[in-house]
Amino acid sequence: MNATTLTGISLEAAGGVPAEASSSAADAVCAHCGEPLAGTADTSFATGQERRFCCPGCAAAYATIQSLGLGRYYTQRVLDTTRRPLRPEPTERFDLARYIRTEANGIQTLELAVDGLQCGACVWLIESVLAREPDLVSGRVNMTTRRLRLAWRGEAGKAERLVGRIEQLGYRLVPFDRACLAAASENADRTLLRALAVAGFAAGNVMLLAFGVWVGFAQHMGPATRVLMDWLSALIALPAVAYAGMPFFRSAVGALRAGRTNMDVPISLGVLVVTGQSLVETLRAGAHTYFESAVMLLFFLLLGRVLDQRARQEARATAEHLLALRTSEVTLLQPDGTMRRVPQESLPPGSLIFVAPGERIGADGVVEQGASSVDASLVTGESLPESVGVGSNVFAGTVNLEAPLRIRVKAAGSSTLLAECVRLIEAAENARGRFVILADRVARYYAPAVHGLALTTLWIWWLGLQAPFGQSLLIAASVLIITCPCALALAVPAVQVIATGRLFRQGILLKSPTALERLAEVDTVIFDKTGTLTEPNFMLAGMPDQEAFRLAASLAGISRHPLARALLAASGPVPPVSGAVEYAGSGIAWAGPEGEVRLGSRSFCGLTGADLLGDEANPETPELWLRRPNHQPVRFAFMERLRPEAAETVRHLAAQGFGVVLASGDRAEAVRAVAAALGIDAAHAGLTPVEKIALVKSLQQAGHRVLMVGDGLNDGPSLAAADISASPASATEIAQNVADLVFQGRSLRPVAEVLSLARRARAVMRQNLGLALFYNAAMVPLAMAGYVTPWLAAAAMSASSLAVMLNSLRLQRGTGR
Amino acid sequence: MTVLIYLIGISLALGAGGLALFLWSLRSGQYDDLDGAANRILFDD
Repeated sequence: MNATTLTGISLEAAGGVPAEASSSAADAVCAHCGEPLAGTADTSFATGQERRFCCPGCAAAYATIQSLGLGRYYTQRVLDTTRRPLRPEPTERFDLARYIRTEANGIQTLELAVDGLQCGACVWLIESVLAREPDLVSGRVNMTTRRLRLAWRGEAGKAERLVGRIEQLGYRLVPFDRACLAAASENADRTLLRALAVAGFAAGNVMLLAFGVWVGFAQHMGPATRVLMDWLSALIALPAVAYAGMPFFRSAVGALRAGRTNMDVPISLGVLVVTGQSLVETLRAGAHTYFESAVMLLFFLLLGRVLDQRARQEARATAEHLLALRTSEVTLLQPDGTMRRVPQESLPPGSLIFVAPGERIGADGVVEQGASSVDASLVTGESLPESVGVGSNVFAGTVNLEAPLRIRVKAAGSSTLLAECVRLIEAAENARGRFVILADRVARYYAPAVHGLALTTLWIWWLGLQAPFGQSLLIAASVLIITCPCALALAVPAVQVIATGRLFRQGILLKSPTALERLAEVDTVIFDKTGTLTEPNFMLAGMPDQEAFRLAASLAGISRHPLARALLAASGPVPPVSGAVEYAGSGIAWAGPEGEVRLGSRSFCGLTGADLLGDEANPETPELWLRRPNHQPVRFAFMERLRPEAAETVRHLAAQGFGVVLASGDRAEAVRAVAAALGIDAAHAGLTPVEKIALVKSLQQAGHRVLMVGDGLNDGPSLAAADISASPASATEIAQNVADLVFQGRSLRPVAEVLSLARRARAVMRQNLGLALFYNAAMVPLAMAGYVTPWLAAAAMSASSLAVMLNSLRLQRGTGR
Repeated sequence: MTVLIYLIGISLALGAGGLALFLWSLRSGQYDDLDGAANRILFDD
């Protein structure tokens, strides 16, 4: 990095050209946030050829970082374009005092969700900036959960300054409510890890001793040495089983108490019987000890649970992070004219709130003053912003795009439309029947059958054949041991761990433990349109006249309207215009050298039917018009851009025999266009959330298993109602929370991949169960006849478990399609 | 064969030591942020 210390934004002629700005790409992207510079009005902050910024905020952030000597950040970071760009924006102010906790030793702590973390360099940057603050005890970012924990001495008010320092760099910080901090799941994770460690330690050492005994059989080990080994094994295994078996015992007791049985019942019973019988044998100096198989089984099962838990915790942390970002406060306009930030829930109806441009509207209400457009895609699924003026109804969860609004509150908190949707989701989730996983379905028959067999054996030997009770009991126990569900218990988790891990590496997060099995049953896929089949942004259709195009793009530079953004994205860098004025919800006007130029809706450009040619007369697609003096008006048509590989995925699904349905809240024309482009026959347009649920239900009643793929708040209820649901990572927080799986990236391909992997996983699970049951069927008669010797039992148990594990590993190979 | 007693004793002690270390590292939160640890090593100063 060049040694020039940069204070302020006069960055020209900085000696040697630094690495990150030397390429020609530096002309096109902002030196701080890395976003494309597309001739926005803010290029006036560009100084010299080397550094250009998209806005004064970025320029200031850059200067701050350089003045602290942390310029290395720019050369070491890797920007992740799917994350929020690092652009400092006016953010919501939180009343931090409510979230600060004072520790016993006078240290104040605060936990915040960090939005905009791109890579390890961001963690380093945040921590380095904080390290320069006096009084700070610790400021540490957890990259996995994307949380920042601040601890400092002194008064609570210092939090504002600390948070301000980080926000100034372009990150967004949202305090975590202490009540929301999910400490419970973290504890569960640690308990499992501790149990795994203990089981691993015991399994290693007991196995070591057991090997000694096995080899000793061949080399004529003295009985005294064998008994010593058995006693040592017992000493290690007993406490280990008592501790590491707890997660299984608890679950088994819970199930039995509820009058049900699950896979943990035979596991617990098997482990306890094996351990108990081995202990009795050890006391009698007998040879039938199997401590090693009890602890090995626990170790393998715990390994599976830990990996599974990790994967799901990751998914849950993502959801929690998004949930925290949603926590918002609104600006209340008090009767005396002052403004105050209050939590959304405590807003009384009838009060007046102020919503700045870019801010999310916190309550349902009526616009009292101002004109703007709102992005209602969260609520209605409509992709184009809606114009609002005095008297218009607005809803919580929509985003104010252009101009400040004053809104009279009609409903807030739990009575808003947003909350109503959340309630619909909860209702649908409760209605969804409890899915019984394959392993539990098997356990339902397996456990009583096996335990019945053992009892019968005892009865036949003791009463039937008049054998001594001790010997009969031993033979009955050997039936339980040989049917000890080692292979059976591993059959499903082994597949789940391998499949979940593989999907995780492909950017697909499975949030529900039963997701894989439910996916394998699916035969119909319902797609939402906006944001699911299509990308969240628009694309310019066709290439218009160059001169008009450049002029239009220059004007569009001042607006944040999605269509203006799309125009700009298509044009590349253009010189900005000065003195252009934006009229909220209508367009942009500019007094050019030849007269007034207008860019906006057809009515804003003063067009009548006479000006329009053929197909231009029908306003099916979103459009912008440019009107210049002495020229024909020019039309820019926009279209929704399909996700990459959307058509391919839909074709692939159809070829595989899946029914593909399109269900959208959008207008019929837009839906028809997308359905035609993708070759989907069953397309439904203009659906409300309730109608979407009805569609899902009617398909289910017709005997179909439905996968719903959606991203909007309006999809939330139907996501919950479907047999299984998926959301892209760009989806609204609510949709992601409801969905059973979340896929990352722009492509739609993961949907097809996850479906085919789930089917393969189910096939392998069934093979595994078949293997395990076959092995049991072969061994049980031997055990009942009393022919089972220690070496036979050990060999048979290891062989069956090994076969199941190796079979599961096959999922690791081959492609997902 | 008395060497066996020592060897088993030593192996158990080593194993128990490893277990204790793992439990300590777990308690001190070293497994809470695996992604961060992997990246932090690139930026130490």
